[in-house]
Amino acid sequence: MPDSNVYNDRVVTVLVVLSLVWAIAGMAAGVFIAAELVWPTIDLGQEWLSYGRVRTLHTNGVIFGFGVSALMATAFYSVQRTCHVTLFAPRLAWFCCIAWNLVVLTGGISFLAGWTSGKEYAELEWPFDIGITIVWLAFAVVFFGTIANRKVKPIYVSNWFYGALIIVIAMLHVVNSLAIPISIDKSYSLFAGAQDAIVQWWYGHNAVGFLLTGGFLGMLYYFLPKQADRPIWSYRLSIVAFWAFTYSYIWAGPHHLHYNAIPEWVQSLGVVMSIILLAPSWATMVNGVMTVAGAWEKLKTDPALKFIVLALAFYGLATFEGPMLSIKSVNVVSHFTDWTVGHVHSGALGWNAMITFGTFYFLVPRLVGAELYSIRLANIHFWLALAGTMLYILSMWGAGVSQGLLWLSLDELGELSYGFRDIMASMAPYYALRFVAGAVFLTGAVLMFYNFIKTMENRTTVTRRIPEVKTANVVAEVAA
Amino acid sequence: MSVLGIHRKLEENAGLLIFGILIVSSIGGLVQVLPSIFQDELVSPSVETQPYGALALVGRDIYIREGCSTCHSQQVRPLLAEVKRYGPFSSAGESAYDRPFLWGSKRTGPDLHRVGAKYSDAWQRVHLIDPRSVVPKSIMPAYPWLAEKPADPRNTIQTRMRRLQILGHPYTEEQIANAPERVAGKTELDAIVAYLAVLGEAAGLAEGMVH
Repeated sequence: MPDSNVYNDRVVTVLVVLSLVWAIAGMAAGVFIAAELVWPTIDLGQEWLSYGRVRTLHTNGVIFGFGVSALMATAFYSVQRTCHVTLFAPRLAWFCCIAWNLVVLTGGISFLAGWTSGKEYAELEWPFDIGITIVWLAFAVVFFGTIANRKVKPIYVSNWFYGALIIVIAMLHVVNSLAIPISIDKSYSLFAGAQDAIVQWWYGHNAVGFLLTGGFLGMLYYFLPKQADRPIWSYRLSIVAFWAFTYSYIWAGPHHLHYNAIPEWVQSLGVVMSIILLAPSWATMVNGVMTVAGAWEKLKTDPALKFIVLALAFYGLATFEGPMLSIKSVNVVSHFTDWTVGHVHSGALGWNAMITFGTFYFLVPRLVGAELYSIRLANIHFWLALAGTMLYILSMWGAGVSQGLLWLSLDELGELSYGFRDIMASMAPYYALRFVAGAVFLTGAVLMFYNFIKTMENRTTVTRRIPEVKTANVVAEVAA
Repeated sequence: MSVLGIHRKLEENAGLLIFGILIVSSIGGLVQVLPSIFQDELVSPSVETQPYGALALVGRDIYIREGCSTCHSQQVRPLLAEVKRYGPFSSAGESAYDRPFLWGSKRTGPDLHRVGAKYSDAWQRVHLIDPRSVVPKSIMPAYPWLAEKPADPRNTIQTRMRRLQILGHPYTEEQIANAPERVAGKTELDAIVAYLAVLGEAAGLAEGMVH
């Protein structure tokens, strides 16, 4: 029977390690497919190494393996501390940890075998979709159960974001995955054509919204103030930003379907709401930056805080670029090009990966009860991560803007200026640069992994007792 | 009560908070997505749009399996340059029998929505097995295994068509009865080439019309 007076951190530790393994595996798959676009024969004619299959392994590995494992770990860690109570249903928490990773692992293998629904970021076939639904329900029970048991009356802001992650992703996943099975490895979507497109990008955009943005904002709201050792700058701003974010994000999906065969009003509404989205996104960024203001000194010495602050900067960049790309006259150039890929990676590498790295530099030493093995290595990692991300974004801007403009270019007679093949062939230098960028970023992540392994070699047994709550905040007191 | 006071209630009651998130996050979907699901014009097939024949349907499933849509869109936008490059722009009705839709989000390679009218079956076969033999600077993967595998080894074509029939695809009993015969002895390469050949048919294009 677990002690109800100590925090349950073992499941957190295992989730952190699994997340790290996924980070390396998922990013390595990414570097491999980047190489395939430079040297197309390195798949050696093997179907399981083919770009179309490994690309799905890459996106799912980093989003659902690395990302969600990190979100579960940090949600379980922070919800206990913000509620001053141990984890509710700890066995169920272990189930989440193990079952989730089994689903992603077997699902990843199934991609290489050619199982896919063909819907972007929702490629797992129906047996895995059912698995995801079950694990997600368990995640909800553990998380909200812990909140229900809390000893502090107000629910802290990080938990609103984790809560929104759990609720909204459940809704999106179930609806978008509706399908009729043909066999264990194949199903047909319940929606067809234009309707399927609208449902898919309602899902796809908000998987970015509530998982890669909202979930990681939960991480930000807990670990940034912790590491900066200062409270959140504005409580009111966090309230406004949260509800504005939750309301407006969900509308923005159709900007993925500009000039596609869906109704005009759906596209226009998508643009308006995408631009409005800039407000809550930047409100959160301002709140974060102002929280660090006054703790700038720590940036010189603290690698964890450095990563988190850099993540905030890329969050600002990506959430500015997103609304710009949703404007139809910009989108007409950017759509279908590598600009989109660059935009995704400024978010995924610059924001999601960086804040996770920063959080892990904070967490791992605490979880294993040992000093970080090497601050120097962590600093090298920081510069590799920054260089890799910048190089990635710049190469894809170059590639994307060229593609967009050259595809649309007409000569004075109104004929196409360039053939598709020539434009494609001219992408080679950009794709080579992108491969280097990915490799640099991955190298940094490998250094971090090594750093943590060495840190864990000095581990000690850690038990963290739950501190007493100040009487003003105790639930029972207020009720009585 | 002040707004902050009202919010205090949400913050102190987990049930209310969950309910609030659910409501606030659902509005967009209810107003924007739900009407589309019940808007029949969006999935009413255009005049020339037919449900995929047995071999093309198997081919389409192989197209999905190999992740072709990660690099090729099937959506010609109503822009002068696109119509010149690819052919008539795409309409919603053409995708009425597409489960899932395959419009794509990236053109590492060209759009394929009108490709059936552009290349012969013979060209497609050579190109799929060895892309660089016909397009020297191509970065497309080669798909040699397609030529070696039977198109429908587990004999599921009738199941596939029956399930699609449930979803409203107007297959006749005769088409379903004849389906195994149409895929018998065919390879995956035959199937995917059959699928590529019908891309553009729905826009009223016959082979050789777009260059």
